[in-house]
Amino acid sequence: MSQPFLDVKELRVQFPTEDGIVNAVDGVSFSVQKNETLAIVGESGSGKSVTAQAVMGLINRKSATITGEVFLDGEELVSASKEQVRSLRGKRMAMIFQDPLSSLHPFYSIGRQLVEAIKVHQDISKAKALGISRDMLDRVGIPNPERRLKDYPHNLSGGMRQRVMIAMALLNDPELLIADEPTTALDVTVQAQIIELLRGLQKEFGTAIVLITHDLGVVADMADQVVVMYGGRVVENAGIEDIYYRPEMPYTWGLLGSVPRMDVGRHERLEPIPGQPPSLIRLPKGCVFRPRCPYHELVPGNRCDDERPDLVPTSASHAVRCHLEPAQRREIAAERLGSPAMEET
Amino acid sequence: MTVVDESNTSIAADRGDALLRVDQLQKYFPITGNGLLRRRIGDVRAVEDISFDVVPGETLGIVGESGCGKSTAGRTIMRLLEPTGGRIEFDGRDITKLSRRELVPLRREMQMIFQDPYSSLNPRHTVGTIISAPFKVQGVKPARGVQAEVQDLMARVGLNPEHFNRYPNEFSGGQRQRIGIARAIALRPKLIVCDEPVSALDVSIQAQVVNLLEDLQDEFQLAYIFIAHDLSVVRHISDRVAVMYLGRIMELAESDKIYKAPLHPYTHALTSAVPLPDPRAERKRERIILTGDLPSPINPPSGCVFRTRCPKAQQRCTDEIPLLREFSPGHYGACHFPEERKLV
Repeated sequence: MSQPFLDVKELRVQFPTEDGIVNAVDGVSFSVQKNETLAIVGESGSGKSVTAQAVMGLINRKSATITGEVFLDGEELVSASKEQVRSLRGKRMAMIFQDPLSSLHPFYSIGRQLVEAIKVHQDISKAKALGISRDMLDRVGIPNPERRLKDYPHNLSGGMRQRVMIAMALLNDPELLIADEPTTALDVTVQAQIIELLRGLQKEFGTAIVLITHDLGVVADMADQVVVMYGGRVVENAGIEDIYYRPEMPYTWGLLGSVPRMDVGRHERLEPIPGQPPSLIRLPKGCVFRPRCPYHELVPGNRCDDERPDLVPTSASHAVRCHLEPAQRREIAAERLGSPAMEET
Repeated sequence: MTVVDESNTSIAADRGDALLRVDQLQKYFPITGNGLLRRRIGDVRAVEDISFDVVPGETLGIVGESGCGKSTAGRTIMRLLEPTGGRIEFDGRDITKLSRRELVPLRREMQMIFQDPYSSLNPRHTVGTIISAPFKVQGVKPARGVQAEVQDLMARVGLNPEHFNRYPNEFSGGQRQRIGIARAIALRPKLIVCDEPVSALDVSIQAQVVNLLEDLQDEFQLAYIFIAHDLSVVRHISDRVAVMYLGRIMELAESDKIYKAPLHPYTHALTSAVPLPDPRAERKRERIILTGDLPSPINPPSGCVFRTRCPKAQQRCTDEIPLLREFSPGHYGACHFPEERKLV
């Protein structure tokens, strides 16, 4: 395999607050190839969005301590200067946010905002930039792009605004696209349109996509590789099939058991995870998931309480942070998930 | 010109002992001009002619995308909004025109749970005050005293009963939703309208609350109207499901029918758009991608409201409003050209 396009190593983001240090991202590593979609899955407070912002250089260094390494096509970004990161942002890497209404400027027309995004990175005339903008709006499926350039964000529906955001992110042909909950604020039929659009664009340009979401349906639809985050740490990292059919971390089991499925009728009871997510200020000493884990008693000698588990590879493309024995984990997974885990190895 | 079929009878007619009957309910919000007189210059037709019933102990899901009128329907049924037209009958009694005072005793029977657990609880009141409010309003004195009853309720919904003196800000989103649920069940109502009760919660917490709602339903024989945009959750919890689009019911049937063999093109598109948390099944699925945007409810399309985005629309769909009719027992659809289609 070639060198990954994005390679994140031991990324750590800490915010000092009056109550103590918030360990928002606590040693996160993952990598993405071109033409590949990596999903970062987790609930509120798992650190998934902060990870994305740190990669994009969007976290104010005065308010946070960032350590670790982020390589974009071999170039290290954590130690790079602000100007260096800025020259890459919007050009080689771009980001789509959850809420397109608050990420577009309400006072400026769509055209003006798109032209500005081009001219930051390319020295071309306004007329030419407008042409590129119009073509891009057309490309992301916005009808009447010529007229839309003169519109303001409030003139557009939620789905259209998200398309404008995607168009803006794609203006300078980025090689990495980070999409932070890109469809969460949208209706399902619009979500389906946006997923289709992202997939088509990836096929066309070979973009590496990092998809941040809590929706396991969207992940199943789009991702090649999945990183599951909990309490600021990566607790499982595996290929899409392994995550859904052979997951090995109790938190991943809990997530999959919590999601109602549209293709399964009533009377199938959900199996939620008991308890609440941990406070990022006072993280448990051992495993972050220990307070909610129903299996910690299977591990001898209070290791889950005292010792922080490492993210250990169980195969070439699957790594798990858990003290349970691999054989034990497979047995429990097979029992919890039923046939699919048994069906194939 | 729009033709209205006169044979349209209440679809609740043959289900006997309904707890709630909604018949051709309408809710319009007037749009007023800027002039001195603020004349009415149009209407937002949020809910247009919806009819359904709910029997004791059942869950009726209402799904639809933003702007389809599902929340307005819920609030109008609760009489939190004044209906513009139609009729609401609860336990055999017409409640459409009841005054505010006449509504008070009715609140014992029908309650509501809201989406946002942050804004539906008064931040200056303790949990105990919040949960005991229904007793105070209704003048009910529980035999063992209010505090004991409140603590029982808290324990029942999975809150620590010792926390009755705490304020809402000391609780997480999931716990606040449990407070809202405790308040809603305090007087043992027969019907609870749940408006997006789990959409603001994380998946692991969402599952806890869904299970709690199911347990309470079994225990107290509650009927739910479960309003949500998340089709998977609605499928999970509902016995029957109504699919709404632009203020109207497009299809109404048993939950299994809606998801396995829907008739209406909008239901086809909606169910096919929901991604399944199962990569193999998901990637094999055929998806119907709708084009265009939702039309404005101020000026809805003539005939069938879905026709502007419907892949099967024909001239008749422009001319004639399709009425909700029964295609097979208990399976209603509002479409001129319905087609059964297997999706899952």
